[in-house]
Amino acid sequence: MDWTYIQGILMLAGINLISVLGLSLLTGFTGLFSFGHAGFMAIGAYIGALMTVSPSTTPAGLGLPFFVGIIAGGAAAGIVSYFIGRITLSLKGDYFCIATLGFGEATRLLLNNVQIFGGSRGWPGVPYKSTLPVIVLVDVVAVLFLANLIKSRHGRNMIAVREEELAAQVSGIDVFKYKMTALIISAVYAGVAGVFFGHYMTFIQPKMFSMTKSTELTIIVIFGGLGSISGSVLGAVLLTALPEILRAFEIWRLVFYGAAVILIMISRPKGLMGGMELTPSGIRKAQLERKARLEARAEARRLNGLEDGSADEGRGA
Amino acid sequence: MTQFFQQVINGLSIGSVYALMAVGYSLVYSIMNFSNFAHGGVIMLGAYFGFFSLTLLHLPFLAAFLLASIGTTILAIVVERIAYKPLRERKAPFLYFIISAMGASILLENIVIATIGPTFRTYPEVFARTPISIGPLAIGRLDLLMFVISAVCLTALILFIEKTKMGKAIQAAAYNIKACALMGINTDKVILIVFGLGGFLAGVAGVFFGMKYTVYPQIGNITTKSFIAAVFGGLGSLPGAVLGSVILGILETFVAGYLSSQYRDLIAFVILIGVLIIRPSGIMGKNTEDKA
Repeated sequence: MDWTYIQGILMLAGINLISVLGLSLLTGFTGLFSFGHAGFMAIGAYIGALMTVSPSTTPAGLGLPFFVGIIAGGAAAGIVSYFIGRITLSLKGDYFCIATLGFGEATRLLLNNVQIFGGSRGWPGVPYKSTLPVIVLVDVVAVLFLANLIKSRHGRNMIAVREEELAAQVSGIDVFKYKMTALIISAVYAGVAGVFFGHYMTFIQPKMFSMTKSTELTIIVIFGGLGSISGSVLGAVLLTALPEILRAFEIWRLVFYGAAVILIMISRPKGLMGGMELTPSGIRKAQLERKARLEARAEARRLNGLEDGSADEGRGA
Repeated sequence: MTQFFQQVINGLSIGSVYALMAVGYSLVYSIMNFSNFAHGGVIMLGAYFGFFSLTLLHLPFLAAFLLASIGTTILAIVVERIAYKPLRERKAPFLYFIISAMGASILLENIVIATIGPTFRTYPEVFARTPISIGPLAIGRLDLLMFVISAVCLTALILFIEKTKMGKAIQAAAYNIKACALMGINTDKVILIVFGLGGFLAGVAGVFFGMKYTVYPQIGNITTKSFIAAVFGGLGSLPGAVLGSVILGILETFVAGYLSSQYRDLIAFVILIGVLIIRPSGIMGKNTEDKA
């Protein structure tokens, strides 16, 4: 295990984390589920590469600095998400999910046919620009932005939309606007992640951004726990590293992965950290809740005892 | 004009196989209100069951067919018991079902890759490749059989749902599963039957799919198109799923025939987005406004 290998895994985890954070806002805090965020990543990756690839390798390349690529990739994904949101956000639950799935796959299939970008054969020659410090920096900025957003009035409105859409609307929250904001922010995050991904792999291919990738992102969010930023961070690091740890099992590792997903869903649906945060105040809150729960249980047991265990008999019958 | 009718024939034959798969998605959706993405994995295994009963067991074609379908029926029920039943008992939101389904789909696909291997396999030739010609039109023997058997299976399914007592229970559960349970219908059994029916048809579809193309672990990705057909026709509606599949099959062959085969997959997803924008409940689906 040399440093380059570990660094590679950390970089991939960091890149995944950027898009997972965005998805966490959309899914964990606003309650919308997407199976198409790989599409936004693809848009980011291709637009970002378009900016930075030198014109000598690809005629379409602009040869601009990396940060222009990051901004352009994020912005492009954000703009596309606005139009996608306009037409799909009024759909209910499952149907929004299916629409995003359609968007993601349509993006991939369209890119398969864009010959300037190499079509389905892929686009080699993207400059290697993603370095660990830059990725960590972007991750930190992304986490701070998200944490502050969620604490703000806007964030609380999003949570209200997740909890009870109708009640939120009645209380005067512009549900559509907050869904749209969450979608755009998550798309920008995914787009930026796409730019880093392209500049890490130095080769992009539409196949990399399939539905499997979108599913993987959603699985990370759920695994980490809905409505928890620290859960998303833990989830991104653990689940990116997991296939590498399981590499010894070679072809069986994805079998374990699939089984693990089902197991989490049926046994611990809250994920690792559902609704909790790994901050001093978050831990204190969790401890208080745990204490209250234990006390309530003790009280219930005491009351059961008073009734001479008749409650237990009732349960047995 | 000949080419036009030829395309319609080809479209009908592929559309009928889509219908067998789409019905499975729709049946489950009508009762449980979620998209069962593990269905693709079940179809894929159906193709493998059929393949091995023909090559390893040297069974006659019909027996292989039956064995594959029975295998997928059991498989679909097992998936339901393991991946969905605990969620049902907890009354989890639809999202957990979808993620669990995705997990099951990853699991099935990779079990096959790990045990059987990722290689493409071709079915042995059961039917002569020479087409039957009707005037200027040519119909492949397999295409004709696909169409006929699919039509028989779908008719049988619709008769089962319309005429039998269990079919009535399925209809009632699709309308309101909670009220159904209060009326003394064993909803657990209804769900079991629904998964079994979907699984059986998945086996038939899988064998046909394998015979028409090849067998490989990622067949499940192609079955996404039959899911689109189910959405197109209206999720939860059986006639809708059949109609949507036939229309999708014909449209696809037209796009492949007149434009370019590269756009064949794209058209399916464009239709999907189009349908969701214009009429999310599809051609014949029940109104989905305000399900929440």
